[in-house]
Amino acid sequence: MVAPLWLAPKERLQDLIDALRQRQYTVVAPVVDQAAIVYDEIDHIDRLPRGWIDSQAAGHYRLQPTSRDRWFDFVVGPDSWKKYLFPARCVLSTAKPLPDGWQFESAADDSPAYAFLGARACELAAIQVQDRVFLEGPWIDQIYQHRRSRAFIVAVNCTRSGENCFCVSMRTGPACHSGYDLALTETDEGFVVDIGSERGGDLIASLRLPEAPLEKCTAARLSQERAAMQQSKQMATGDLPNLLMTNLEHPRWKDVGDRCLSCTNCTMVCPTCFCCSVDDVTDLNTGAVERQRQWDSCFHEEFSNLNGRPVRNETRSRYRQWLTHKLATWHDQFDTSGCVGCGRCIAWCPVGIDITAEVAALREAPVRCPA
Amino acid sequence: MARKPRVAVMKFASCDGCQLSLLDAEDELLAVCDRLDFVYFAEASSVLQPGPYDIAVVEGSITTVEDEQRIRELRACSTRLVTIGACATAGGIQALRAWGDSQEWIRTIYPRPEYIHALATSTPIAAHVLVDYELHGCPINAHQLIEVLIAFASGRSPNIPAHSVCLDCKRRGTVCVMVARGQACLGPITRTGCGALCPTYNRGCYGCFGPVDGGNAPPLLAEFRRQGHAAEQLVPLLRNFNATAPLFREAGESLLDNPTDDR
Ligand code: SF4
Ligand code: SF4
Ligand code: SF4
Ligand code: SF4
Repeated sequence: MVAPLWLAPKERLQDLIDALRQRQYTVVAPVVDQAAIVYDEIDHIDRLPRGWIDSQAAGHYRLQPTSRDRWFDFVVGPDSWKKYLFPARCVLSTAKPLPDGWQFESAADDSPAYAFLGARACELAAIQVQDRVFLEGPWIDQIYQHRRSRAFIVAVNCTRSGENCFCVSMRTGPACHSGYDLALTETDEGFVVDIGSERGGDLIASLRLPEAPLEKCTAARLSQERAAMQQSKQMATGDLPNLLMTNLEHPRWKDVGDRCLSCTNCTMVCPTCFCCSVDDVTDLNTGAVERQRQWDSCFHEEFSNLNGRPVRNETRSRYRQWLTHKLATWHDQFDTSGCVGCGRCIAWCPVGIDITAEVAALREAPVRCPA
Repeated sequence: MARKPRVAVMKFASCDGCQLSLLDAEDELLAVCDRLDFVYFAEASSVLQPGPYDIAVVEGSITTVEDEQRIRELRACSTRLVTIGACATAGGIQALRAWGDSQEWIRTIYPRPEYIHALATSTPIAAHVLVDYELHGCPINAHQLIEVLIAFASGRSPNIPAHSVCLDCKRRGTVCVMVARGQACLGPITRTGCGALCPTYNRGCYGCFGPVDGGNAPPLLAEFRRQGHAAEQLVPLLRNFNATAPLFREAGESLLDNPTDDR
């Protein structure tokens, strides 16, 4: 284990950004935009949401200024890094008509190498879940692989939990343990920097940082522990797949189906959801065809079409599909839970449906009807 | 090559905006005309050929006795009938007469009211004849209309998304104006088509493309109320171009039936 380094004053984060940019990385970080903290390309620390925190509840998100000079006291917003690794819209391939047939080509992905600055522990876990989906199965997603293999990750340990966070229950946070190149923990005077990879070590070496003093390391560790203790939202995960799969006819599914708008927001903001649809689109003038992929959702009725008709034609069955996949059959398929406890689906549901409350209700009065 | 399908673009009670949007689609217009023969399109040509038609494109709602008859005749001589726009699919803005006294309006607005023979209702085309495809929107999305026409000309079903506006907000990175700003937004119960135009400009959706199939309005209305939006602000949100579409109509009426219910 390499000793943690000390990056102070906090403005020296600019040196880290500069070092990444010199190595041709496009740096993506949290910024304030549209009344929320989202992820965008930056080249200067001025764009970081310094002094802002988010106040969240079910179906509720508001930015607030803080009096403390904190750079990373907010938690996660509507965006996740999936926006960069698994883009919302992309072209998979093209086909051009020729006089004697067709010319098929895979579309080139000309994305830059990204450096993600500010990825949280739950987000690292989410990336690891999507790695299983896109890289570790029988089929490899070329676009994901191209972007993921080059991405440099500067994680940030949470020193405050949000109202919707339940990473402690899901054992994914709030402290980062793996999956990063560098990890920062903010203290009053600077950042404690942990090195997570050789690549991270090489990059940070160029900044010639001193070792972090012991009291800074202690302060950093305590603040991570405080964030964990602060967390009030919970989801009991014991025997959860079995609980869900033996309660497929539980009345709670109808209850939540009556409240749910089937609007798809929960799946869109979820950092592990990967559903998409693929369409061939023809240019009327040239006859060329583009195979386009877009994010899609199990809450979209047509997404369950088989032979032109939906098999999940009620919201009740679509919500059940989402929850049982995420928390039960995901284990069978990918050997992990599909939920990392980030709380995005709770915050960004327009009517505040809370995945933890739905699970708790099933757990409270299971009916155990077999599938 | 087989002969090009004969297409008629017909107008009922409407503003012409939907059919004009086809003429605005300049990049694709010539290619569309290569595949389809517009034999009746009064906004584009003064040569108006009689039926039969392979595809009738109908804009506008039914607001007169004459139009009730005319739509039946058009249906009888058309293989496919496609309705376009909020007027044709839901009754349009002119359906607001459902909540007024149209005879009284006619008396006070027109100098010679005896010339006006309007029905007391403005109804969608599907209330009168069988419709093969409904394309929603006020106005419609011209690219969607081209997709429908080309699909019918090539014998396949049109690829028109039917999900909520919210999905497009998220795909384009628009932060939810309801969750982050407390605005009343009809996006969750509104059909896509605009690509989430209003939320992207920081304004809640007011339902141009009409209700999404299977839309669930009551919990959304309850949430609007919980966030402090009053019934008298919400009713106009629901009562505009698609006011008499059943989901929006019932939602508006439920608000007026329980004006102070705040869950
Ligand atoms: S869920 Fe945990 S790791 Fe994720 S933002 Fe919240 S506290 Fe941080
Ligand atoms: S299901 Fe909800 S809490 Fe779990 S990872 Fe997805 S968005 Fe986060
Ligand atoms: S749970 Fe909420 S966000 Fe998800 S589809 Fe239902 S209403 Fe939309
Ligand atoms: S702004 Fe409106 S349309 Fe967009 S996600 Fe929010 S509720 Fe849905």
